[in-house]
Amino acid sequence: MNTPIEALTIAGTSLSSRLLIGTAGYPSQRIMVDAIEASGSDLVTLSVRRISLQGHGSDTLRLLAGRRFLPNTAGCETARDAILTAELAREALGTNWIKLEVIGDRETLYPDVGELLEATRQLVDKGFVVLPYCNDDPVICARLADLGAAAVMPMGSLIGSGMGVANPANLELICARSPVPVIVDAGIGTASDAVIAMECGASGVLLNTAVAKADDPVRMALAMRHAVEAGWNARLAGRIPRRGRAQPSSPQLGLVGS
Amino acid sequence: MKLIINGKDRESAAENLAALWQEETSELDLPGPQGFAIALNGTVVRQVDWAQTPLSRNDRVEIIRAFAGG
Repeated sequence: MNTPIEALTIAGTSLSSRLLIGTAGYPSQRIMVDAIEASGSDLVTLSVRRISLQGHGSDTLRLLAGRRFLPNTAGCETARDAILTAELAREALGTNWIKLEVIGDRETLYPDVGELLEATRQLVDKGFVVLPYCNDDPVICARLADLGAAAVMPMGSLIGSGMGVANPANLELICARSPVPVIVDAGIGTASDAVIAMECGASGVLLNTAVAKADDPVRMALAMRHAVEAGWNARLAGRIPRRGRAQPSSPQLGLVGS
Repeated sequence: MKLIINGKDRESAAENLAALWQEETSELDLPGPQGFAIALNGTVVRQVDWAQTPLSRNDRVEIIRAFAGG
C-alpha cells in the first residue's frame, strides 16, 4: 500500500501535503529550493519587509515560482500594523491568504491575543483567508474559528525553540473541538515532534527552523515529510491502549517443554 | 519634495508612485515590480494605479518587498 494520504482542505482549497514550510534561514537559496522540493509541501511561507538593497527578495520569488504562497505578518505588534502588512502582502504576492502573527512580547514571541482576535475579525471582513498563529489554548482557538479563521495554528512551543509539542494534552483538546483545521505552528525540532503533533489530531504542521538550521536541511525536509504522513496515518489507524503490564503477542498454548 | 519613505525623511523628485518605485529600486536591475507593494499614507495602492497616483509634500510612503520568511 503506497497511496497518498488524504488532502488537507483549507477554505475550499485542497493541498496534497499536510506540511507547510518556511523559506527563511537556509544556508543558500539552492538548499532552500531543494529542501522545499524534498518536503513535498504545497504551501510556503514568506514575509514582507521594507525594501533594502541587500538580500535577494525577487530571486526568492522566481525560485519558488509555481508554488502557493502564504505570506506572514511576522514581527507585527498591533492589529493595525498586521492588517496593513496583510494588505501589502496581498498586493505584492497576489494572494488573499495570510499567516497572521501579532506578537505581544519580543522575547518569547507569544501572541498578543487581544490584538490577534481584532486583526482576525477585520481581515476576515476584508476577504482574507486568515490562518492565525496562536496560543495552544482551546478557548482562543474556538474564538478565532468563530471569527472566521480558515484554520487555527497553535504553537507547539516557542518559535524557533525546537522544544516540540510542549502540551500534547492541550493540543488533543484543541484538535478534538476545532471546527476548522488545526496546524501546529512553531516549536517543531525534529521528525518525532511532527509525528506527535499529527498523532494528537493536528491536520498539518508548519515549520521552518527545524529544516533550515538542520545540518542537512534537504534530508531533514524529507524526514519531516515522512513524519507528517506517519503521524497522520497512525492517528487514523488508531493506537493500542497503553498498559502497565506485559501482554504476550505470541500464542500461549503449545509452548515447547510444557 | 520631502517625503517620508519607510519611516525616514527623504528628498525625492518623483511625481508619482511608479516614478518613485523606479527611483528607489534602480540599483536592483529588476524586470518589474512583481513581489513589491506600496502603501501611501496608510492605504495600499494597486500596482496598476501607481503611475496615476501623484505624490505630495510630506506623504508617508511604505515600499515593501516579499522576502524569505517563516
